[in-house]
Amino acid sequence: MSHATEGAPALSKVHRVLSVNGENHEVAFDPRKTLLEVLREDMLLTGTKHGCELGECGACTVLIDGEPKLSCLVLGLESDGVDIRTIEGLAQPDVPHALQTAYGELGASQCGYCSPGFLMNASALLARDTNPSREAIVEELGGNICRCTGYLKILEAVELAAQRLRDGTAANGGSDV
Amino acid sequence: MMRLPTFRYTAPKTAAEVAEILAGEGPQASIVAGGTDLYPNMKRRHQTPKTLVSLRHVEELRGVQLNGAVSIGSNETLSDLEDNAALKAKLPALWTAVQSISTPQLRNMGTIGGNVCLDTRCNYYNQTWEWRRAIDFCMKCDGETCWVAPSSDICWAVNSSDTVPVMIALGATFTLISTRGERTIPALEMFGEDGIDYLTKQPDEVLTRIDIPDQGSAKSVYRKVRRRGSFDFPVAAVAARVEMDGDEVKAASIILNAVGPKPVVCETAVDAILGKKLTDEVIEEAAKLAGKGAKPLDNTDHISMWRKKVVVVETKRALEALAQ
Ligand SMILES: Cc1cc2nc3c(=O)[nH]c(=O)nc-3n(C[C@H](O)[C@H](O)[C@H](O)COP(=O)(O)OP(=O)(O)OC[C@H]3O[C@@H](n4cnc5c(N)ncnc54)[C@H](O)[C@@H]3O)c2cc1C
Ligand code: SF4
Ligand code: FES
Ligand code: FES
Repeated sequence: MSHATEGAPALSKVHRVLSVNGENHEVAFDPRKTLLEVLREDMLLTGTKHGCELGECGACTVLIDGEPKLSCLVLGLESDGVDIRTIEGLAQPDVPHALQTAYGELGASQCGYCSPGFLMNASALLARDTNPSREAIVEELGGNICRCTGYLKILEAVELAAQRLRDGTAANGGSDV
Repeated sequence: MMRLPTFRYTAPKTAAEVAEILAGEGPQASIVAGGTDLYPNMKRRHQTPKTLVSLRHVEELRGVQLNGAVSIGSNETLSDLEDNAALKAKLPALWTAVQSISTPQLRNMGTIGGNVCLDTRCNYYNQTWEWRRAIDFCMKCDGETCWVAPSSDICWAVNSSDTVPVMIALGATFTLISTRGERTIPALEMFGEDGIDYLTKQPDEVLTRIDIPDQGSAKSVYRKVRRRGSFDFPVAAVAARVEMDGDEVKAASIILNAVGPKPVVCETAVDAILGKKLTDEVIEEAAKLAGKGAKPLDNTDHISMWRKKVVVVETKRALEALAQ
C-alpha cells in the first residue's frame, strides 16, 4: 500500500503560527497537510470547502495576502508569515459583507457548497474594483464551479453588491478584505 | 481527503543552494515552484518525491527585464506576467498564452518555470492511484502497457503547456544551472520525444531564466482550443510567428502543441509561406501541411480526429491574423 492515497500519518507534527482572519493561531499539524486540511481539521474552520482537492473547482479558495488562492494546493507548513482570510472572516460579527447580503437576497446560493469559494474570490475583485464589467466578473470568477445555480444569480449578486459598495448603501461589514 | 504522500521540505534562499540540495539528494528530490502541477500529481501518486525543494524564498528567480530582448525569471508567477502591461505590449502572443492558462486562482500560484517543466498529460495517467490500479497501471507510472497505443514503445502523454509553443516560435532560450555549471539551450531542445522522458533537463538542474530575443518587426499569435473558456488545458494549440519583407514572408515559425508528447515544428508549412505573400491560397496550403504534422491520439478531451482537423482550422486563423 506504499502508494495508496491514504498513507500512514506522519509521526511528528510541525508547529506554525498562522495568521487567519487577522488573528495569530499556533497550530500543530501533520507536515504533509495542505492549508485546506489544516483549516478544516486542525483549526475546525470548516467554512472553506473541499471539492476536488486537485485545483479543478475553486471551492477551497481563500485569500492569501489579498490574492485568491486554492488552499488545497498550498502547504500548511508554508502558510506562516502571510495573511490568510477565510469565509469565517468575511463578515463582521453582526454585519454581513455586501456580497453576502446580495447573495441572500438574490438566491445566489442553492446547495451552498461553492459559495465560500465564490465569495472569497469575488470579495478580492470588489476590493480592487467596485465597478467591474460583467465580462470582468465572469473572467475573475472563472476559477469557481457551481453545479446548482447556472451562475446567472451569482453574477447578478456580485453586480448588486458592487452597486451598493459604490453607492455607499451597503455596510461593507467593515471587512477590509 | 486525498492526502499528499510524506516528504521532507526545504526552502533555500538562492538558486545555487537549490542546485546543491538537488545534487546531494539525487533524483528522489523535486523542485516545487507554485505546486499547481506537482501537488495534484503527488496526490494522485504520479510522483512521490522524498524531498521537496521550494523556490518560494528564491528572490533572484523572480522579475522580468524588458529591453529589446525580454528576460523572465523562472519563478515569476503567471498572474504577475498577466499584470505586466509592458510585456503584454511587447509579446502579445506570450501574454495570450499566459492569460489562457487554468484559472485566476491558479495563475496567482503557478509560475512560468513550472509551466515550461509541466508534466505530460493523458486520460489514463491523470487519475487517482485507485482508478489507475483498477484498470491496471500504464507504462508512464507503475505499469508496463500503454493503454492508448498498446504496441507502442513510447508513451504518448501530451505536452500541454500553453507558453511552450509560443516560446519556441519566438526563438526563446532556457538557462539551466546545476553544481556542474550553467548552460543555455534553445527552447525546443528542452523537450524529449517520449511522454515519460519529456524533458532533457536533468533532475539536478534548475531552470533559472527564459530569454526571448528582440522580435523586431515580427508579429506572433497564439491560438488555443479547449472545451471550456477556463480551467481546461489545450487539446490543440498553434503558435505562429511571421516576419515580413514588404508583403512577402521573410521568416516564419509555426509550432503546434497538445497534439503529442513533444511540441511539433511545422517545417513544410513554413516552407509553403516563405518568400510568398500571405494570400488565402498560400495560407490554406500551409494550414493543410501543418495538419499533416499533427498526430494526436485519443488521450485528451475531444476525439483525436477532430483535434487533427481543428489544427488545420486554427493554423489558418493564426496565419490570417498575421496577414492583416
Ligand atoms: C485545474 C488545472 C488547470 C490547469 N490548466 C492549465 C492550462 O490550461 N495550461 C497550462 O499550460 N497549464 C495548466 N495547468 C498546469 C499548471 O497550473 C501550470 O502549468 C503552472 O504554470 C505550473 O507552474 P507551477 O509553478 O505551479 O509548477 P509546479 O507544480 O511547482 O512544478 C511543475 C514541475 O516543474 C518543475 N519545476 C518548477 N519550476 C522549476 C524550475 N525553476 N526549475 C526546474 N524545475 C522546475 C517541478 O519540479 C515540477 O516537476 C493547470 C493546472 C490545474 C490544476
Ligand atoms: S500515453 Fe500510454 S503510457 Fe503514456 S500515460 Fe497514456 S496510457 Fe500511459
Ligand atoms: S478543492 Fe481546491 S480547487 Fe477543488
Ligand atoms: S450552489 Fe450548489 S454548487 Fe453552487
